[in-house]
Amino acid sequence: MEYLRSILFLAFAIGGIGLFVRNLLRIRRNILLGKKSNRSDQPSVRLKLMARIAIGQGKMMAKPVAGFFHIIVYLGFLIVNVELIEIFIDGIFGTHRYLGHIIPTQLYNFVTATLDFLAVSVMISVSVFFIRRNITKVPRLNSRDLIGWPKIDGNLILIIEFVMMFALLSMNSADINLQLLDHRETLGYFPISHLILGNAFSGLSVHSLIIIEKSSWWFHYLGILFFMNYLYFSKHLHILFAFPNTYFSNLNKKGQLNSLEAITKEVRSMMDPNIDPYAATPEGTIPEKFGASDATDLSWIQLLNAYTCTECGRCTSNCPANLTGKKLSPRKIMMSVRDRIEDIGKNINKNGIFIEDGKQLLGDYITSEELWACTTCNACVESCPVLIDPLSIIIDLRRYLVMEQSAAPQELNMMMANMENNSAPWQFSQSDRANWIHE
Amino acid sequence: MAEYAAEGKSPEVLFWVGCSGSFDERAKKITKAFASLLQKARIDFAILGQEEGCTGDPAKRAGNEFLFQMQAIMNIEVLNSYEIKKIVTACPHCFNTLKNEYPQLGGEYEVLHHAQFLQNLLYEGRLKVEGGNFKGKKIVFHDPCYLGRANDQYEAPRQVLSALEADLIEMKRCRQNGLCCGAGGAQMFKEPEKGIKDINIERTEEALDKSPNIIATGCPFCNTMLTDGIKVKEKSLQVFVKDLAELLNEAIN
Ligand code: SF4
Ligand code: SF4
Repeated sequence: MEYLRSILFLAFAIGGIGLFVRNLLRIRRNILLGKKSNRSDQPSVRLKLMARIAIGQGKMMAKPVAGFFHIIVYLGFLIVNVELIEIFIDGIFGTHRYLGHIIPTQLYNFVTATLDFLAVSVMISVSVFFIRRNITKVPRLNSRDLIGWPKIDGNLILIIEFVMMFALLSMNSADINLQLLDHRETLGYFPISHLILGNAFSGLSVHSLIIIEKSSWWFHYLGILFFMNYLYFSKHLHILFAFPNTYFSNLNKKGQLNSLEAITKEVRSMMDPNIDPYAATPEGTIPEKFGASDATDLSWIQLLNAYTCTECGRCTSNCPANLTGKKLSPRKIMMSVRDRIEDIGKNINKNGIFIEDGKQLLGDYITSEELWACTTCNACVESCPVLIDPLSIIIDLRRYLVMEQSAAPQELNMMMANMENNSAPWQFSQSDRANWIHE
Repeated sequence: MAEYAAEGKSPEVLFWVGCSGSFDERAKKITKAFASLLQKARIDFAILGQEEGCTGDPAKRAGNEFLFQMQAIMNIEVLNSYEIKKIVTACPHCFNTLKNEYPQLGGEYEVLHHAQFLQNLLYEGRLKVEGGNFKGKKIVFHDPCYLGRANDQYEAPRQVLSALEADLIEMKRCRQNGLCCGAGGAQMFKEPEKGIKDINIERTEEALDKSPNIIATGCPFCNTMLTDGIKVKEKSLQVFVKDLAELLNEAIN
């Protein structure tokens, strides 16, 4: 009987973790469909940044209420990972609270009590989040970008977390009652679950308590496996991706847009009088397109950004274009990029290679009206708690519109024509530049 | 600058005027105020005059990297031919582009925004405020995106303004959380997309909420946008939009 339980446990573990790894590898493959970009410089600066922003939750407190409760849920998440060690040992060897037997009682009591306390704190936090999403309706969590799956996803995860934490409490409380009935040796310390559920369980028989305890344990374990695999479909992927994403984030000043080297070569050769303007450019020096029209034209970092986005909407709620009612929403830009690269990935899964599907990021997922509303103010970049850069994507898409399609708004074409002719965005002569001295 | 070079001299600093500062009627006043401050501080400076071209900022942000690089490389050739080391400009867009985007194309200079330059002059005592023209006046400062968020310069303009001994107040959205005036990213040159409101109106309303006497800016584009906003709100007679260089120049005789 006992080893049957172990086999069942292992089968679930292998299935659950296997599926999880397969999905992660698919995401990795999708991300690597993006263009190369080198972010391996300054590793120590990057590590520090990751430690501060992702591990230390450095930007969360910019919104104090959300930040505070998020940090609790995050701590809960870390501790659950520690607990997983014990779940695995007990699950495989059919033991009960194995760690309690090998580490000092004081320490074990401390760890279990912390867990017990965090479980309740997490339940309170996710309830607060649920209320903010559905009852007080915080605007950035209820805007039109989120209609459909994103909204369900946001709620679903809160409910899952709630019931998983509840399973932990009922398991602990059943355990205490068993200990009180002298059915179990005293192991661990669970003040909070006893306070909350102790009375409800105290009249129950040893048999029912064991059932409650075991089924809660299984529920919790299967819940973790389910949660892991749910991540793939969810904005909650950020609990993993926030770490690499902050590590590989942009270290330059926010005002510095990247420079396109292929263009530098071409401009230099155009301006160099010693080069024959009619000579054919050597093969391979010119990229097939300037800027980005599809998700695969973006860099892998921009795609990693898209998978990391938590859909928190901090970017959009600070975007001046969005605040004044324009269609642009930097959060939606990130969500569209993820949708598109996911569609490309599914296409590859199905066909082995990508088969043209008549769609692209620009036009089918993101419209030029959204792109032209951006003031490049960097408010979105500043406000993102996981260091995502929506602006770089907006610029790459604009580059395609302008350099490949000459599809800028008419007034911008005039501005650029002036710049070409007079070296100024307005129709003034360059020879008048110093007139102010004499006026 | 050509004259300096003809005499075989080089100035302490090159004043990069920028397109707005050269041609826009309102912005020319900022240019003159800053030049006057440079003279008051006895700074030996030059301008490129006819040899200056647009830095290319609006082209780059509109997505025309090609045109941007043409502009940049032409400007870099001129700057390098005069062996320019240090540049100051009153436009945050020029400042950002010269400082952050020219080095990749071979243009390496020490670039300062006029707020930083003026802050230094005040600190070194080369400029001194007397008279207290602005005592009791309420000044609210609007952070230009390309000075603040883009380059983390939040304190220099505030330091300059605090030298005026005025009452410096902050809007709800300031510093890192500042709100764009609506002109950046080449928006200055086009009509905004459809929405419920223009960005400059939203920002002007925020500033007016603080009932200031003066809205201070450090960018010619912000200046235009907020001046327009004040006009729409029919406050042109009560509230003035001024560049920090203009304010400082008024405070120093
Ligand atoms: S940079 Fe563009 S998208 Fe980002 S907040 Fe500013 S206007 Fe919005
Ligand atoms: S880009 Fe960043 S700020 Fe915007 S929704 Fe995603 S995680 Fe939040």
